[in-house]
Amino acid sequence: MWFKATESCNCIEPQWPADELLVKYQYISDFFIALAYFSIPLELIYFVKKSAVFPYRWVLVQFGAFIVLCGATHLINLWTFAVHTRTVAMVMTAAKVLTAVVSCATALMLVHIIPDLLSVKTRELFLKNKAAELDREMGLIRTQEETGRHVRMLTHEIRSTLDRHTILKTTLIELGRTLALEECALWMPTRTGLELQLAYTLRQQNPVGYTVPIHLPVINQVFSSNRAVKISPNCPVARLRPHTGKYLPGEVVAVRVPLLNLSNFQIYDWPEVSTRSYALMVLMLPSDSARQWHVHELELVEVVADQVAVALSHAAILEESMRARNLLIEQNVALDLARREAETAIHARNDFLAVMNHEMRTPMHAIIALSSLLQETELTVEQRLMVETILKSSNLLATLINDVLDLSRLEDGSLQLETTTFSLHSVFREVLNLIKPVASVKRLSLTLHLASDLPAYAVGDEKRLMQTILNVVGNAVKFSKEGSISITAIVAKPESFKDARIPEFLPVPSDSHFYLRVQVKDSGSGINPQDIPKLFTKFAQSQAVQTKGPAGSGLGLAICRRFVNLMEGHIWIESEGIGKGCTVTFIVKLGIPDRPNESKLAFAPKVPGNHVSTNFGGLKVLVMDDNGVNRSVTKGLLLHLGCDVTTAGSSEECLRIVSPEHRVVFMDVCTGLDGYELAMRIQEKFKKRQDRPLIVALTGNTNKVTKENCMRVGMDGLILKPLSVDKMRGVLSELLEHRVLFEAI
Amino acid sequence: MLGLGADLLWADMNRLLAFLFHQGVLDEQFLQLQQLQDETSPNFVSEVVNIYFHESEKLLRNLRGLLMEREFSDYKKMGIHLNQLMGSSSSIGAKRVTNVCLAFRAATDHNNRSGCLRALEMLEHEYCYLKNKLHELFQIEQQRVLAAGVRYPVQNN
Repeated sequence: MWFKATESCNCIEPQWPADELLVKYQYISDFFIALAYFSIPLELIYFVKKSAVFPYRWVLVQFGAFIVLCGATHLINLWTFAVHTRTVAMVMTAAKVLTAVVSCATALMLVHIIPDLLSVKTRELFLKNKAAELDREMGLIRTQEETGRHVRMLTHEIRSTLDRHTILKTTLIELGRTLALEECALWMPTRTGLELQLAYTLRQQNPVGYTVPIHLPVINQVFSSNRAVKISPNCPVARLRPHTGKYLPGEVVAVRVPLLNLSNFQIYDWPEVSTRSYALMVLMLPSDSARQWHVHELELVEVVADQVAVALSHAAILEESMRARNLLIEQNVALDLARREAETAIHARNDFLAVMNHEMRTPMHAIIALSSLLQETELTVEQRLMVETILKSSNLLATLINDVLDLSRLEDGSLQLETTTFSLHSVFREVLNLIKPVASVKRLSLTLHLASDLPAYAVGDEKRLMQTILNVVGNAVKFSKEGSISITAIVAKPESFKDARIPEFLPVPSDSHFYLRVQVKDSGSGINPQDIPKLFTKFAQSQAVQTKGPAGSGLGLAICRRFVNLMEGHIWIESEGIGKGCTVTFIVKLGIPDRPNESKLAFAPKVPGNHVSTNFGGLKVLVMDDNGVNRSVTKGLLLHLGCDVTTAGSSEECLRIVSPEHRVVFMDVCTGLDGYELAMRIQEKFKKRQDRPLIVALTGNTNKVTKENCMRVGMDGLILKPLSVDKMRGVLSELLEHRVLFEAI
Repeated sequence: MLGLGADLLWADMNRLLAFLFHQGVLDEQFLQLQQLQDETSPNFVSEVVNIYFHESEKLLRNLRGLLMEREFSDYKKMGIHLNQLMGSSSSIGAKRVTNVCLAFRAATDHNNRSGCLRALEMLEHEYCYLKNKLHELFQIEQQRVLAAGVRYPVQNN
C-alpha cells in the first residue's frame, strides 16, 4: 500500500514500469480481501445475533469497525492503481488514518479481553465437572429413595396383617424380591431356648426341621449387635441347600429379629436388651454373581428386621386379647345361664314356701283358736297346764312356719328383728317349762343358772331369742340319753372373754346395750370335732348320730346361727368327742331398756282370748244397719267393749234417734247410697253445733271408690267388715284420740 | 259325776266346732261372736244366730220366688237380697254360705238364669246344713249348761 501511495504521487517518477499482470493480480486480491473484510463482520453480526448471550458486544463492534475499515481501505486501493485525483487520495488517506486508529484501539482492547476469554473456558470445565459430580450424587439419592420406598412397602405389607405366619412369609418374599436374593431364611428359637429351628424359607416350600444349637459363636456375634452382620456362607445357618453354582456362593448376611413380649415395653424406654429371645434372619445373595452387600441394603435389612419384630408383637398381643375375649364371652354365657337357673330356683322355692305356708297356717289357726277357746272354760290345774303348753307349742310351731319363710328371707338378707322390751327371766322360764316334760320323760335333769347381774328386762327380739334358746336346749335334750343339762346365762364381760375361737370378736358393752352369754352343757352323745362345722349347715345331718330319735338337725341350728348373727353375736359348739357331751355357747347383743316398762309386757302375741279389755266407759254410740244380723253383731261387739249402744234399722229411724249425746254413729254403707245421704243429713242437722257425733262407715267393699265417696260426704272414718273385738277396740281408741280413721284399702 | 257329764258334753261340743272349722263351714268370725258372750249377755250367740235364721229364710224364700217367675228379669232386686244374705252370713262367720253367695252374685252379674238356679239350690243346701249343725251345737250347749250347773265362760280373768 505504501508502494501504491508513493506511486500515485506525481512528484516521484516510478522506478520501473507498472507490470500489467502484477497489477492485475493485486487488483483482484485487493478486491477479494475487501470482500472478505466486509463479509466477516456480517457473518459475525449474523451469528452473534443468533446467539442469545454474548458479553463482548463492544469488542465485536470494535473488531467489526476495524475490519470494515480495512476492507474499505483495500477497496479504495482499487482506485489508486491508475492515475487518480486528489479526492481519492484524500479519501484514501482518511480511511487509512481511521483504520490505524481503530486497529490500535482494538489491539489495546484485546490485551484486556483475551485473558477473560481464556478464563471462561476454565470455568466451563469446572462447571462440567460439578455437573458430573451432582449427577453421581443424584444417582445415589435415587438409590436411597428406592430403598426407602421398598422399606415402606415392606413395612406396609408386614404390618397390614396380624397373622404371624403371614407376616413372616411376606417379609421373606418381599425382601427376596427387593434385594433379588437367592435364598432367605428365618430361624426361630425352640421352646427350650437352646436351639434355633428353621421356621420359614423363601424358596423351599416345606422346610425340614433343621435345628442348630443357639450358642454357636457366629450366632452369638449376630445376636450381640443390632446390625446386619456378614457371615460366612459355610456356617450352619447359611447352608440351607446344596451348593449349585460353579463359583463362590453369594455373600450371606444375618440379622437378629427381637421377639418382643408385652411386658418388654416400659413407658419411657424402648425394650430392654437384656433378657429376650431373638430369631435369626439369614439372607443370601445369588451365587455366581459379583454382587456385594451395599450399605444401603444392609440398612434396609436392619430396618425390616425391626419392623418385623414390632409386627410380631402386635400379632401376639392381638392373639392374647382375642383369646381373653372368647374366654370372657364363654364365661358370660355360663354366668347368664347360672343366674337364670338360680332365679328359676328361687322363684320355685318362693312359690313352694308361700303355698306351704298358707296350707300350714290354716290348720294352725284352727288349733290356736280352739285351744284358746278351751282355755276360757273351766279346767283343772293340770288340764290348764296342758292346754297352755299346747297353745305355746302351737304358737311356736306357727312361729317356726313363719321362720321357714324367714330363713329364705334371712338368706336374702331381708329379715328384720322386732325389738321389744321383754323380761329375760320369763324367757328362760318359758323355755324351761316347755322342755321340762320332755326332759323328765327321758329322766334328764335340767338346771338353770341366771347370773345375779343379769338385767331383768332387755330390748330385743324376744320371740327369736326364745326360739334360739329353745332350739339349743332342745338339741341338748334330744341328743342326750342320760345325765344332766345345765343352762347358764351371764353378762359377757370383755375381760372374761378370751375365747380363742373368735379372736376378732370383742364384745364391748355400753350404756345402751349389753352382751348376753348363754351356755348349754349336756352330757350326751357328743359330737366328733370334725363334724362341728357341718352342724350349722342346714339340712346336713351328722353321721355320728346314733339315736333312734327324730330326724336330725334340719333347719334348727342354721336358723339359730342366723338369728344370732342378726343380733350381732356368735354361736359355737365345743365337744371333746363322741360320748363326752357337748357345750353350745352363744353371745348376743341386747339393749338395755330406758326404764322398766311394765305396761309393755301386757300384750300377749296372737293368742285370742284377750286378758285385757279396755272399757270405753259407757260411750254412747248409735248403730245404723238394715240387716238385723249385722246390727246384732255390731251391737254385741260394742256392748262387750262397754259402750252404751242404740240401734236403728233405717235411715229415717237413725235421723230421728240421733242426738248430741251420741259420740259415734256407725252406719252400714253396703246398701246403696242411703248411707252417704244419711251422713250428709246428719251433718246438716248438727251444722251449728260443735259436738256433732263422729260418723264412721262400715263396709265390706274393698274399693277405693267407696273410700272416696265416704271422704267426699265428710265422714270421719271407714272400717272394713268383718269386725273383731280387737279391731273395734283399736278403732274406737283411734277415733277418740284422732277423731278420724280411714282404714287402708 | 255331774262334772264328768258336763266335761264329756264339752268335749263333744269342741269336737263339733273343730269339725265345722275344718270343713270350712264356720270361720273365725264365729269365734269373735263367742268372745262377745259373757255374763252380761249369756245367750248372745244363740240370739244372733236365731235372728240370722229368721232373716235368711225370708231372703231365701224371696230369692226362690223371684227365680220361679216366668218372666223373670229383675236381677238387680235379686242382687240386693243376695247382698243382705251375704252380709249377714259373713257377720256370723258362715263361710261356706258366704262363698256360695259370691258365686250366686257372679251369676246374677252375668244375667245367667240357669247359673242362678244352680247357685240357689246349693245355697239352700248349705244353709240347711249350717242350720242343722248350729242347732246341734246349741243343743249340746244347753245340755252341758244344765249338766254342769255353772254359767258359761267367765270372760275376764
